[in-house]
Amino acid sequence: MIDFELSEEQRLIQATARDFAREVLQPQARNRDRDQLFPAAELRRLAALGLLGVNVPQSLGGSEAGAVAYALAMMELASGCAATTVAVAVTNMVSEIIVKYGSEAQQHEHVPRLQNGEHVCGAFALSEPHTGSDAAALKTSAARVGDGWIVNGSKQWITSGDHSGVLVVWARTSPAGGARGLSAFLVKAGTPGLFIGKHEDKMGLRGSTTVPLTFEDMKLPADALLGREGDGFKIAMEALDGGRIGVASQAYGIGRAALQAATSYARERKAFGNPLAEFQAIQWMLADSATELEAARLLVLRGAWLKEHGQPFTREASMGKVYASEAAWRACDRALQIHGGNGYVREYDVERHLRDVRVTRIYEGTSEVQRIVIARTLLREFGIQ
Amino acid sequence: MDFRLSDEQRLIRDTARDFATREVLPRAAAIDKEHRFPQELVAQMSSLGFMGIAVPEEYGGAGMDHVSYVLAMEEISRACASTGVIMSVQNSLVGDPLCKFGTEEQKRQWLPRLAKGEIIGCFALSEPDAGSDAAAQKTVARLHGDEWVIEGVKNFITNGPESQVCILFTMNDPSKGHRGITAFVLPMDAKGVRCGPPDDKLGIRGSHSCQIFLEEVRLSKTCLLGEVGQGFKVAMSTLDGGRIGIAAQALGIARAALEDAVRYSGDRKTFGKPLWQHQAIQFKLADMATELDAARLLTWRAAQLKDLGQRHSTESAMAKVFAAEVANRAAKEAVQILGGYGYVTEYPVERHFRDAKITEIYEGTSEVQRIVIASSLLKS
Repeated sequence: MIDFELSEEQRLIQATARDFAREVLQPQARNRDRDQLFPAAELRRLAALGLLGVNVPQSLGGSEAGAVAYALAMMELASGCAATTVAVAVTNMVSEIIVKYGSEAQQHEHVPRLQNGEHVCGAFALSEPHTGSDAAALKTSAARVGDGWIVNGSKQWITSGDHSGVLVVWARTSPAGGARGLSAFLVKAGTPGLFIGKHEDKMGLRGSTTVPLTFEDMKLPADALLGREGDGFKIAMEALDGGRIGVASQAYGIGRAALQAATSYARERKAFGNPLAEFQAIQWMLADSATELEAARLLVLRGAWLKEHGQPFTREASMGKVYASEAAWRACDRALQIHGGNGYVREYDVERHLRDVRVTRIYEGTSEVQRIVIARTLLREFGIQ
Repeated sequence: MDFRLSDEQRLIRDTARDFATREVLPRAAAIDKEHRFPQELVAQMSSLGFMGIAVPEEYGGAGMDHVSYVLAMEEISRACASTGVIMSVQNSLVGDPLCKFGTEEQKRQWLPRLAKGEIIGCFALSEPDAGSDAAAQKTVARLHGDEWVIEGVKNFITNGPESQVCILFTMNDPSKGHRGITAFVLPMDAKGVRCGPPDDKLGIRGSHSCQIFLEEVRLSKTCLLGEVGQGFKVAMSTLDGGRIGIAAQALGIARAALEDAVRYSGDRKTFGKPLWQHQAIQFKLADMATELDAARLLTWRAAQLKDLGQRHSTESAMAKVFAAEVANRAAKEAVQILGGYGYVTEYPVERHFRDAKITEIYEGTSEVQRIVIASSLLKS
């Protein structure tokens, strides 16, 4: 029966994340952005709170609270500091991938370490310099040599790639073109042949690191293979369906922070003798942001709920992602506009929100890719393909 | 949290969908063209329980929740938005305030016949000079001995020409502003009540609206709905529910636009390939589908809050403004996707375009909804 009320456990996770965001993340967010500080200490504390594996079994050190609770936690954390949240999102995602596809040995080796902070965080290495949206075209190769694999190639835009104890790396294991020739591997930090490049200088999420990776004859043991040979594309797409829920939640959290900042600014700031809040032009902006963010929240939670209940959720995750990222973008833009000149300077948070939220329309599948996914599934439903 | 329909909710949706596809859809174009009130559909909907979905069974209703109501509203409106609004007024604007504010006697007198569709009801708040600004009412109610005497003109009253009963709003003390408003249950056959000719409208042409002239209409005190001076509260509380119904009507129109556009894009070829293979078209369809789902969730959320007996003014306003604007964008894009065929009455999308517009206006314009949302945001 249709019910939008949260369970006790979901409320608890939400409150934990909200308190941590307010007390720990938010006060440091401006400095983290300005000085590009990686949130290593915060990630350890988030590990202790169980927020690095909200949807990971307790037997492997996670919170086992489900995908809805995960989305709720991400929304709260992102409203405090978006840069910290992206490392949290990738760590949750990598943990879930290993839980789902890893052997028992792989699960026990990596998941508890991702959960207790020993690995610091996880990384997801799919994109390459010339392959973003079109993942099936990736070129990094893994050749079977003796008992193991030799990997050559390069990756681009790898979030937390320099801090992660374990990375999931996609490579081509068969010359067969396209999606079927891809496999996924678990790569430990410090593996010889793994080289980490220079940090990207990004517009936003500046407290999160983004690096290119190069593999030069990187040797991996046979048991580094995640899932079966040739399963790589499927693993990536499934992980991204879930990852999109995380990014959508992140976008929502940033948008909500911007709306809150704009609402309090509108109450305090006066123009023409009245608080901004009394001008209908400003009220309209606030009303639109609030409505669109609420719509985004419900779309995102529906995607998470379907995932949690083992139902198909590809289309719903894409809808949540494209809608939330664009609604949050509009909310940040309106918040900046309401702040006027103050919105344009770093003394206030809204310019950071605008810079931080911009990437949510790009990573884990651009808005354009989401629209292709939505249109394709819609047309299929009508027997058109 | 649960995004599944209950068995009962699924049943009513499927029943409504089946009825709408079989009986309503084939008649929709003619209803629009002929400005015809679909009497036979109203009778059929009544026997399905759709004219009093949330009215308790003891008063002859179906006794279901408001989520069920919006599910049925979407299905009926998907086929014919005119039929949808007739149903919405009967449920939200007449049945609902009678259930909530009516005396036992008023409930027994009106609800069973309304729920069975034996009579039609209307809701008369708007006036020629008072729309969004409902507190500017000029219709006067004065107490003369034991009777209220009412004088005034009401405007744009949906279902007015067909109604036997009216939820009427009057001003009995202009010095008190909105606290001077009083509501009545007006039998339309009372002496001095006269309907003007039906309005000639852009859309929802099968639903009739008209002016209602009230000339020295005398009502006994038993016709008061709620307390004297409580009328504004009756109106606002009723509209909080009504907006959910109109949001659901907008969902139906948006879905009709989307489905018609998708089908057309599968058939029509341009530049050597079907329309749907062009990304420009795919992206329009993707946005229509995404926004429709978002609008539906907002609408269900408001309906669930109403079922839980919680405050839902903000959520209703969000659902209403969002769904109405989604319906208008969807209808506009559907016309665009069909090109010239979208502009002629041979295809239904020009009707969707015309029907969609009213959802941004009645039961609180989009501007009024934004005021409601902003003020709740600024208060919190």
